[in-house]
Amino acid sequence: MITAGRQGAAGSLRNPGLRAEARAGWLLAAPGIVLITCFFLLPVAAGLLMSLTDLDLYGIADPATARFIGAANYQRLAGSAVFWRALANTAGFVLVGGPLTIAAALGSAVLVNAKSTRLPSLFRTLLFVPVVATLVAVAVVWRYLYHPSFGLLNQALDLVGLKPIDWLGDPHTAMLAIILLAVWKNFGFSMVIIVAGLQAIPEHLYEAARIDGAGPLQQLRLITIPLLRPTLLFVAVTTTIGYLQLFAEPYVLTSGTGGPLDSTLSLVLYMFKEGFRWWNIGYAAAVAMVLFVAILGGALLQLRLRPAR
Amino acid sequence: MRRRLSTVATQSALIAITLVTLTPFAWMVSASLMHTGEAMTLPIPLLPAAATLDQYRDLFARLALGPALRSSLIIAFLSTLLSLGFNSAAGYAFAKLRFPGRDRVLAALLAMLVIPGQVGMLPLFLLLRSVHLVNTIWGVILPSMAGVFGIFMVRQYALSIPDELLDAARVDGASEWRIYRSIVLPLLRPILATLAVFTFMSSWNDFLWPLIVLTDDRHYTLPVALANLLGEHAQDTELMMAGSVLTVLPVLLLFAVLQRQYITGITAGGIKE
Repeated sequence: MITAGRQGAAGSLRNPGLRAEARAGWLLAAPGIVLITCFFLLPVAAGLLMSLTDLDLYGIADPATARFIGAANYQRLAGSAVFWRALANTAGFVLVGGPLTIAAALGSAVLVNAKSTRLPSLFRTLLFVPVVATLVAVAVVWRYLYHPSFGLLNQALDLVGLKPIDWLGDPHTAMLAIILLAVWKNFGFSMVIIVAGLQAIPEHLYEAARIDGAGPLQQLRLITIPLLRPTLLFVAVTTTIGYLQLFAEPYVLTSGTGGPLDSTLSLVLYMFKEGFRWWNIGYAAAVAMVLFVAILGGALLQLRLRPAR
Repeated sequence: MRRRLSTVATQSALIAITLVTLTPFAWMVSASLMHTGEAMTLPIPLLPAAATLDQYRDLFARLALGPALRSSLIIAFLSTLLSLGFNSAAGYAFAKLRFPGRDRVLAALLAMLVIPGQVGMLPLFLLLRSVHLVNTIWGVILPSMAGVFGIFMVRQYALSIPDELLDAARVDGASEWRIYRSIVLPLLRPILATLAVFTFMSSWNDFLWPLIVLTDDRHYTLPVALANLLGEHAQDTELMMAGSVLTVLPVLLLFAVLQRQYITGITAGGIKE
């Protein structure tokens, strides 16, 4: 009798209760959703539309002067040698810098995770320091490390009998200099994730392999790498997406030019210069769309490599 | 014997990599304590002949980096505080409150993670310009007040709050707002602390958006002021190193104190993927 009464009461409360919960849900979620819509989603949609207009300096003062020009900005991009240069530079940075970063991360992760290593978490933390450091500040430091006559890097080359390199002055080495900086700055992030992945591999697999006579390299190739595949895929995707957005490194190392001879001009730096220095807004918005497609393509391509489960 | 040799080799390799990794920081600090011109002599001095704080004094007295430090602090604090409020509310709602359209909205938000922020920056600049927020600290803060990443992080954590706890409070007559304030927020404290560190650091380190939206040096944040300083003082190595120290020191100190939390936060995100 009492139980039935209770159930009845709960049943009648259930609907208003659920309604209150739904209302609270919307009220709590709405401010965040509205902010993201206003300051992210709508601007992105507007960016797509703007890339189809000739919006420029005059258009900022009076948007009515902007005209819809269809795909003309994209046609201009396709015919621009500087754009192709920026695209190729960015692709080169991702395709060389990405694997180098992950290799450095994997190598240091294996060392940190080795059973015999003393103080592993201290080394993990120290190697992570460049990741949290302000990019602009460390890029400034590296600009001086690359100084042709007073930089530590050339000093080190001199010690081993190599000739000094004009790292940032020579179009052949400037992108390499940016890649080195990026690898140093970012490998710690992937390393920390790979260490966590390594720790999830059961120890008995290695014991079994040792009993079967597998050496350290064979263990790495036959156990570590295959079992680490999901982790490596994750760091590959994050690194690719991050590296496609290359901007501050060339901005600081080349005083905002992307030089010498556009050799370090990245897509985002090109967008920044076109959009915010020359106010070719429509054209710069088209560059941003290319960046978007590149990131989407890069992410999808790597996710397709995900092992079937 | 062979075993011990490989142990020594592993440990030495690790020490060598760590030393090389930290060298730029060591040199930055060392050169920032040198007299003007000292770092540009041969052979390159590794340590200052007589350490001086002249460069730091110059930064504040002559070059007015003090206001940039203030801007950076205000922007990072406000961004962190506000985004914690908005992201925790939304994250909790997506995890625990049943409302129509919830799962579809969440899926849409997550799909937005592949869109790079740069895509919206030109229109966002024009939008903020039309409401006179360009060249104000709010122009920097507003776009970072809520984020998909933060909402998702809170949501994943909030999923572990037991429904029985919330239902019990409802039976006791607590309002939904009261439940959020008095029960949910205290339970979310660990993830909010992690999120606070992430947000503060990324706001502090951010460069492209502040560079765009802060159009003169009145409100420059430290990274923008530092990049700007490089334009005029590229020859003053020691001064630039002092500026770099000033810019990285706050985040490095924060990391030193909260590194465990920070690294755990990252690996948790990485493994869940």
